[in-house]
Amino acid sequence: MDYLLGADSSTQKLVVMVVAILLFVGVMALVLFVAELPKMPRWATVVFFLGPALLLIAFGLVYPAINTVLSSFKSPNLQEWVGTDNYVEVFTNPSMRRVLLNTLLWVLLVPTVSTAIGLVYAVLVDRTRFEKLAKTLVFLPMAISMVGASIIWKFVYDFKPASRPQTGLANQFLVWLGLDTQQFLLNWPWNTLFLIAVMVWIQAGFAMTVLSASIKAIPDDIIEAAKLDGASNFRMFRSVTVPSIRPALVVVLTTVAMATLKVFDIVYSMTGGNFGTSIVANEFYIQTFRTAQRGVGATLAVLLFVMVVPIVVYNVRQMKLSEEQR
Amino acid sequence: MTSNAPVAPVKDLDGDGRSEPVRPRKLTKAEKRAIDTKNRLSSPWASAIAIVIALLWTVPTFGLFVTSWRPPADIRTSGWWTFFGDPEVTTENYVEVFTGGSTDFASAFINTVVITLPAVIIPITLALLAAYAFAWMEFRGRNILFVAVFALQIVPIQVTLIPLLTQYNNWGLVGSFWPVWISHTIFALPLAIFLLHNFMMDIPRTLIEAARVDGAGHVKIFFQVLLPLLVPAIAAFGIFQFLWVWNDLLVGLVFGSGPDVSPLTVRLADLTGTRGTAWHLLSSGAFVAMVVPVTVFLLLQRYFVRGLLAGGVKG
Repeated sequence: MDYLLGADSSTQKLVVMVVAILLFVGVMALVLFVAELPKMPRWATVVFFLGPALLLIAFGLVYPAINTVLSSFKSPNLQEWVGTDNYVEVFTNPSMRRVLLNTLLWVLLVPTVSTAIGLVYAVLVDRTRFEKLAKTLVFLPMAISMVGASIIWKFVYDFKPASRPQTGLANQFLVWLGLDTQQFLLNWPWNTLFLIAVMVWIQAGFAMTVLSASIKAIPDDIIEAAKLDGASNFRMFRSVTVPSIRPALVVVLTTVAMATLKVFDIVYSMTGGNFGTSIVANEFYIQTFRTAQRGVGATLAVLLFVMVVPIVVYNVRQMKLSEEQR
Repeated sequence: MTSNAPVAPVKDLDGDGRSEPVRPRKLTKAEKRAIDTKNRLSSPWASAIAIVIALLWTVPTFGLFVTSWRPPADIRTSGWWTFFGDPEVTTENYVEVFTGGSTDFASAFINTVVITLPAVIIPITLALLAAYAFAWMEFRGRNILFVAVFALQIVPIQVTLIPLLTQYNNWGLVGSFWPVWISHTIFALPLAIFLLHNFMMDIPRTLIEAARVDGAGHVKIFFQVLLPLLVPAIAAFGIFQFLWVWNDLLVGLVFGSGPDVSPLTVRLADLTGTRGTAWHLLSSGAFVAMVVPVTVFLLLQRYFVRGLLAGGVKG
């Protein structure tokens, strides 16, 4: 059994993987076999189908969530109760307030900008000859890890003094325009905006794909009617396209907002949260694993949770509304 | 999807508009929309905006790709766009990133594969069974339980990390692949159950009932009636989960930190921290990490889009 816990060569690892999968398949086969035995009461069958998933969810989501909420009222080593000290710290400490402000910037800018770009692009390439290719190009960043995307953009932002040959594309453009080169990731608030640009770059493809599908679903007669009324392209976009896809817009905005709140990879691998760029998801990691302020870390995690809730509630209410209208 | 409707040849409609009034046939909708598109894109501004967006979304990646094949000395002293004036190609960067002692992406690549396969197969299987129970079994509290599972999608994984880590530690699992597999499984379940349940509800009730009348039990119905119909749904969520796990950083960082477990993303993020200016390693390393998900994505994009449109995205 040691072997299953401590594989070090590549072959061993692959063997462990296969064993793990077979083990899982075996256990599941046994569970289903027992579930199907004659005379098995109905509730037992339900338990066999539902039990494994629910057990894991209870162990891995419900219990930890409660535990973390409790931890947020405890000292750094989680030994003593400290009341609301951690929350006071998060809302009053100047560097923490910067973190909250940055998070607000992220969660406002990423959904709106990436949805706007995705929508404009979806409308522009809709039913053109290159539609498929054009959409794949913008969609592709969704397949790239955020660490990979961060490296791609860190290279674009790479800094060299203006007197030397440039290696970063963004600074090369500044040089071509006759401007001085910039340290894009050094000065707040600009560095936060340049990090936000990376998330927009990743999420726009998602927005474009969902919105494009819903643009294609607009009934033809609505478009015809607007055409007959002599609507211009811009008018058409504003008065026909956007209202018709409103439910999809809401879904995209809220989904991107939720993803943005939880994103940690970009800040972690581009600046490590230095130069005033940290956001709640990243600060959680630093406080918990780097500086061992586990109470504050738990508080930040809870805060993340609390911030997601209103977005989800809004999303669900909008979905209900649009279902009633139908 | 009107764009997939069979389209009559449009060769006469080259925009002169003269031939149209004398044609007896009315234009099909697809043709009309094609003309609209033509008008729309004939505006130079519209094309310019579309092209600028397309360039912004591809050139940065392309630049890093070119960089990964240039000699390190060139990378440091000139921009990748100068490469085309004097192309000099090397595979040295890839060799170093794969086999170099400080990088060793070869073993990280294996780790990522070993992490990903079970972390895709296990949650899908468990979610299929749970979704089946929610969709086709009658029991008390079914709706409340389903709403609860749905609602748990919003729990950010950050909330769960420390308590989970403590448990894994108590069980002596830390340093092996098990915490990573179990964690990915847990985090995938709520969305997987929700999505697969939605797909299952689309299957006609009469099919299931017919099988039941024939005396088939739940297991038989599940395997013989439902599973074949669910292949597209499983593919959709499978790709989803595959990309999520392969590209994940946070779970790998927290639960798979040992060198024998850590996936590509963790090594790559380490590299940006410790050797942030070694662009010959960062560029080639990034592409080693990218090649599999991008290939899978390009080949199976159709299923991925279907998964997205079924209302699921995870973050």
